[in-house]
Amino acid sequence: MTRKNAWVTSLATPVVIAVLLLLAGSSSVTAHDQPSAANAAVKIDNFVFGPQTITIPAGTTVTWTNSDDIPHTVVSTEGVFKSKVVDTDEKFSYTFTKAGTYPYYCSVHPKMTGKVVVQ
Amino acid sequence: MPDKKQDLIDQKLQDLNNDGVDRRGFLKCMAWAGTGLVWTMSGGIPVSRAFAKSHDRKAGKGGDFSFVQISDSHIGFSKPANPDVTATLQTAINKINAMPHKPDFIIHTGDLSQLSKPSEFDTLDQVLKGASVKQIYFVPGEHDMLSDNGDEYLQRYGKGTKGNGWYSFDHKGVHFVGLVNVANLKAGGMGSLGHEQLEWFEDDLKGRSASTPIVLFAHIPLWTIYPDWGWGTDDSEQALSYVKRFGSVTVLNGHIHQIMQKVEGKVSFHTAMSTAFPQPAPGTAPSAGPMKVPADQLQRVLGITDVNYVVSGRSLAIVDSPLGDSGSSVSGNGGGLGVFGSPLG
Repeated sequence: MTRKNAWVTSLATPVVIAVLLLLAGSSSVTAHDQPSAANAAVKIDNFVFGPQTITIPAGTTVTWTNSDDIPHTVVSTEGVFKSKVVDTDEKFSYTFTKAGTYPYYCSVHPKMTGKVVVQ
Repeated sequence: MPDKKQDLIDQKLQDLNNDGVDRRGFLKCMAWAGTGLVWTMSGGIPVSRAFAKSHDRKAGKGGDFSFVQISDSHIGFSKPANPDVTATLQTAINKINAMPHKPDFIIHTGDLSQLSKPSEFDTLDQVLKGASVKQIYFVPGEHDMLSDNGDEYLQRYGKGTKGNGWYSFDHKGVHFVGLVNVANLKAGGMGSLGHEQLEWFEDDLKGRSASTPIVLFAHIPLWTIYPDWGWGTDDSEQALSYVKRFGSVTVLNGHIHQIMQKVEGKVSFHTAMSTAFPQPAPGTAPSAGPMKVPADQLQRVLGITDVNYVVSGRSLAIVDSPLGDSGSSVSGNGGGLGVFGSPLG
């Protein structure tokens, strides 16, 4: 091994370890089903927002994912947010910065309603 | 087919068909269309006509005419329930083109597109161009309102309409009104006509003789079929109160992708099959939406509706057979146009 190679090799290990640590660290902040400080998820399926009511801390980003075979929309009844049409497997996200209660519904199928409670 | 139903049909057909076509002949005529029924109406009296006889009808005899209702083409939809909705729409058009009597026009009761995309409307127009019937009337479905309050839809199909696309026209003495109940829907509600449209509608009917046959067409049913799935219109009662004085009112809707009928006094309600995919019967599935059926059965649950207006005096029953050669039902009617639902295959 040349001296250059040796240097590269000796650097590689800590770099690899650092990368592994980064990856391990980042996996804990990817979105889970349960709300975390940063993200929360609502699943749309069978013409239902699930969970229908979600309670989150201010600053959380809620992501709606449409698993239904029909397009839906996510529209605040108070005009706070309004998604474009969300087709199957598409998503819509909104970050709630202010505390309050945010009722919403699907403007295409208005019987579908939900609520975001921000604490 | 269950014997009881068959007997009932035989009975009714025997009682009512004085036109030289017996049941066997009637069913033979039905064969080309799959199944279905013609019930017609003249001055408040229902008249049914065996399909074979339709071409004998002299054109313009006292204002006889027919038109076809198609609905829910959902161009752009591509899922297991029907991977090729354009092809099934084409089948519907072919079927219309092959009819022994040429309809005066076509009414499309909405959900032309799946996502209100220009390309979807383009494709629809392409297919409709192949119809030998050139006059086509439209009302939007909620799927046609997905782009900024339905701007794309209005641009293409809203000429001469008011508000979100409502309008009326007269044809051979029958007054047609296209209503829009898919705009500005409120959370937790069903279809909605809205104050402005209701005012316009009331005004539109003013001064018309009560003997004028009225046909209303809108996307979402104008009577409450199943509120849990939004199958109804919150303010339809008010609209229907405006037509109470008329001797014959027919309401044609879509949205639910299956045939449902109701007669209430002089008002007959009818929903059409889709040309794209069927939906479950109310409450028989966790939700509404596309329902997958075996591929060889798809054509039987899709269809068109032939509506006949005949100025004559015979009173007959109504037979509606939406699915292939099964599930026929017979009902009587005190008023309305003749509505014939026939599957694509």
